Amino acid sequence: MASTEEIRADLAEIVNEVAGVDADDVQLDKSFVDDLDVDSLSMVEVVVAAEEKFGVTIPDDEVKNLKTVGDAVAYIERAQG
Amino acid sequence: MATIHGATGAPHARILGIGAYRPSRLVPNSEVVDAIDSSDEWIQQRSGIRTRRWAGPEESVQMMSVEASRIAIERAGLDVGQIDCVVVATVSHLLQTPAVATAIAHELGTDGAAAFDISAACSGFCHGIALASDIVRAGSARHVLVVGVERLTDILDLTDRGTAFIFADGAGAAVVGPSDTPGIGPVVWGSDGEQFDLIRQREDWRDVVGTDTQPGSGVMPHLTMQGNPVFRWASFAMAKIGQQALDSAGVSLDELDVFVPHQANMRIIDAMARSMKLPDSVRIARDVADQGNTSAASVPLALDRMIAEGEAKPGDTALLIAFGAGLSYAAQVVTVP
Repeated sequence: MASTEEIRADLAEIVNEVAGVDADDVQLDKSFVDDLDVDSLSMVEVVVAAEEKFGVTIPDDEVKNLKTVGDAVAYIERAQG
Repeated sequence: MATIHGATGAPHARILGIGAYRPSRLVPNSEVVDAIDSSDEWIQQRSGIRTRRWAGPEESVQMMSVEASRIAIERAGLDVGQIDCVVVATVSHLLQTPAVATAIAHELGTDGAAAFDISAACSGFCHGIALASDIVRAGSARHVLVVGVERLTDILDLTDRGTAFIFADGAGAAVVGPSDTPGIGPVVWGSDGEQFDLIRQREDWRDVVGTDTQPGSGVMPHLTMQGNPVFRWASFAMAKIGQQALDSAGVSLDELDVFVPHQANMRIIDAMARSMKLPDSVRIARDVADQGNTSAASVPLALDRMIAEGEAKPGDTALLIAFGAGLSYAAQVVTVP
């Protein structure tokens, strides 16, 4: 089972690849839209990449609830659990 | 009992010539932003679109098609009398019947070529190329004219933030004819009717006109689109279809010269290219920035531009992929004429 930090680090790598955001900036308290400038289309890309990487399903309806990196990490942890 | 003779077709088919018609009026983002309370920066960031072309009153579906077709036929080195089938892909010929293809065939001066329309929205042109290839190889016709044409402004709601800045008008045409070597790979195509509502006209004509008990809306049934689910489907599911089309044709990524996806949105094009892991050596069509999304016309318009600018050369190997309302999609590898 991956730790919270491992999931955050993997997610940071994805966000870096999709949106060019410095992976070190992708911390749990950061908002995708307000802090990291990840717009809704980039968010779709992040979600699809995360689904593949973590072997989870993140429905469209759920994506709008994932406001911060922490929200996304928590969702992935629950979905993997 | 009588013996029915079968038709004899060509061993293979290829695209012999491409033509395009771009409407004369260039519309910058500044002209569309007020009605959708948006900005040039927002539109460019979301779509990569800087300008689009919108047809004027005289630039009808038929007129644009005929102009593009004449160029394609000339570049194919053919006389119009040699065209014996005309397939027109469009969703914006606003007469349900007859097909605009018959009027186009007549105005071009074909000798009563078989002519019909196909309705496969943004994927229509690649459906048409697949049909044309099969028609030529089966012997049902020798030279097939495939037209992708749209006048989407007729069904566009200029106040809809999801569509008004995206869609545009234009026509592209290709002539498909016999070949000694394969010039059009196997089509990979399909549909997902579960997502019928993602891109659609808001209502049908009965809702517009109304009935004895239900008054009609009296409003043109505009095009609507749910952007994010479409983005997800197009960027990822379609990247896999593109790979399947390459595999079916036995062409590796390293052998691919040109990638011509439906010009839906620059973000989709970029995401597809990343998802497919296209090598840097592959030239990618990015006509959407100047032309907007012209639905069925986008693939031939984009290919025509790449040929004109020397980005695609005769003999190059190109992957065409188109996708849209239905949802429906079609992809094939072709040799650039």
